[in-house]
Amino acid sequence: MMTKFARHRVAFSTLLAREIRRFIRIWPQTLLPPAITMTLYFVIFGNLIGSRIGEMGGFNYIQYIAPGIIMMSVINNAYSNVASSFFSAKFQNHIEELLVAPVPNYLILAGYVAGGTARGLCVGLIVTLVSLFFTHLNIQHIFITISMVFLSAILFALGGFINAIYARSFDEISIIPTFILTPMTYLGGVFYSISLLPEFWQNISLLNPILYMVNAFRYGMLGSSDIAVEVAFGIIIVCIISLTSFALYLLNKGTGIRD
Amino acid sequence: MTITMKALSIQNLTKVYNNGFEALKGISLDVNQGDFFALLGPNGAGKSTTIGIITSLVTKSSGSVRVFDTDIDIDSETAKSYIGLVPQEFNFNGFEQVKHILISQAGYYGIPANQAEPRADELLLQLGLWDKRHTPSRALSGGMKRRLMIARALVHKPQLLILDEPTAGVDIELRRSMWLFLQAINAQGTTIILTTHYLEEAEKLCRNIAIIDKGVIVENTDMKSLLNRLDKETFVLDLKSPLSPDFTLSGRNYHRLDDTTLEVELKRDEGLNNLFAALSLQGVEVSSMKNKANRLEELFLALVDKSDATL
Repeated sequence: MMTKFARHRVAFSTLLAREIRRFIRIWPQTLLPPAITMTLYFVIFGNLIGSRIGEMGGFNYIQYIAPGIIMMSVINNAYSNVASSFFSAKFQNHIEELLVAPVPNYLILAGYVAGGTARGLCVGLIVTLVSLFFTHLNIQHIFITISMVFLSAILFALGGFINAIYARSFDEISIIPTFILTPMTYLGGVFYSISLLPEFWQNISLLNPILYMVNAFRYGMLGSSDIAVEVAFGIIIVCIISLTSFALYLLNKGTGIRD
Repeated sequence: MTITMKALSIQNLTKVYNNGFEALKGISLDVNQGDFFALLGPNGAGKSTTIGIITSLVTKSSGSVRVFDTDIDIDSETAKSYIGLVPQEFNFNGFEQVKHILISQAGYYGIPANQAEPRADELLLQLGLWDKRHTPSRALSGGMKRRLMIARALVHKPQLLILDEPTAGVDIELRRSMWLFLQAINAQGTTIILTTHYLEEAEKLCRNIAIIDKGVIVENTDMKSLLNRLDKETFVLDLKSPLSPDFTLSGRNYHRLDDTTLEVELKRDEGLNNLFAALSLQGVEVSSMKNKANRLEELFLALVDKSDATL
């Protein structure tokens, strides 16, 4: 007779394996586009324009933007993986496979978020490898680098999950990435240091959580950051706890999945 | 005296949807372990809502549901582990392979892949899906999808199998082979609850029956008692030669469908011989005959009509 813990472990690993199988099966839609897009970023912003910009934060421009570009791809992919996978499960009704099974809500959340995190990290690794064709990356703080990319992937996978819970059409899972996530990423210090901005816009930028992730990740890789790394970790952990609690509240209430 | 364990016990179950529609108005229902139970009702009667609540797909408004004595509100994980559901609509990930669907479903019930695989293979063979095991589910025919839903519901060896119109849109040959399969599972001890629009199916397979209409149980009894309540049957007779214009059958309800087809109502305790004698007296020869409707169908319509009249 299996213990409850053993059954839950099997259920979680089944869900995670299914999610990984899904994004690998559709790799031309999930793994290839970020590699191509980010290569273009490196070519255009790094090599062509970057060579005229000169140094930023004490590094040549392509080196400066590489951590932000990697983080941007992790965030986007972690988010969109969960948003599209969970929404598709709702749309095709195969979410019912999980709802009728003895899988507690926190495991459903954990499985999807782990799947999104896996894709985020996988794409992050691919983009990191691509970046090595354009620049050198001497990682300064390995623990900070890995933990920051991991926590950021989790946070945005949670965001994608909540988006999918509320979404009633495929349009509604693309609205937030297009109109909120992308502008926040571009304004989150991926391509510039906020020290270049006027004070007012610097203060506004501090409201953007992506700024903290990009800078903490850049600190891990290059040893340079616009903000205190401890603050970045604090904010991300608080955001993860808040979104996890909210996602579980929605699941327990049955929002978007149970009549 | 043997006390039979209840596979399902529903008490005063109500469901009011957000739009105010009252789908269930306090139904109570018991299904014994080992039973083959029919839950019948017209469209929108509340069958799928009831099944949705039992299987945690729908949130109840009030009342209680116990599955093998486990309250779904108190220990939903244990209650769910007893149940296998074959839903009305196809609900697969269309891109997943048939065998992956079964192994994943077993995994959600805590069965590791190495144990799930032989069970999945066994079901794929039994249900004639072995050749399609590596095919994405969206590429299956309608009948194959129905069989895959049955295999998926059985992969964790549930003690209670709930089938919501499992043979809808399935050809008669496949339907009959599914009946045999379900009868064999029931004979091995699995309790089965079936909803269907094919009343012949319910009459053939089920021992007990509940009829639900407009959120109320209008009948809950065993199939034999219900069918015994049928006091009249209607037969359709094909005649060898056209009826004469002055043909009458005194003392009987009958209807001339056309010159060579006659519909006659007979009391249940009256033999057919009297009818044939009356016809012979008038020189009418019958070449073939059939029941106008399945026996259960007549009762079903009578019960649902009656509930309409009282509401």
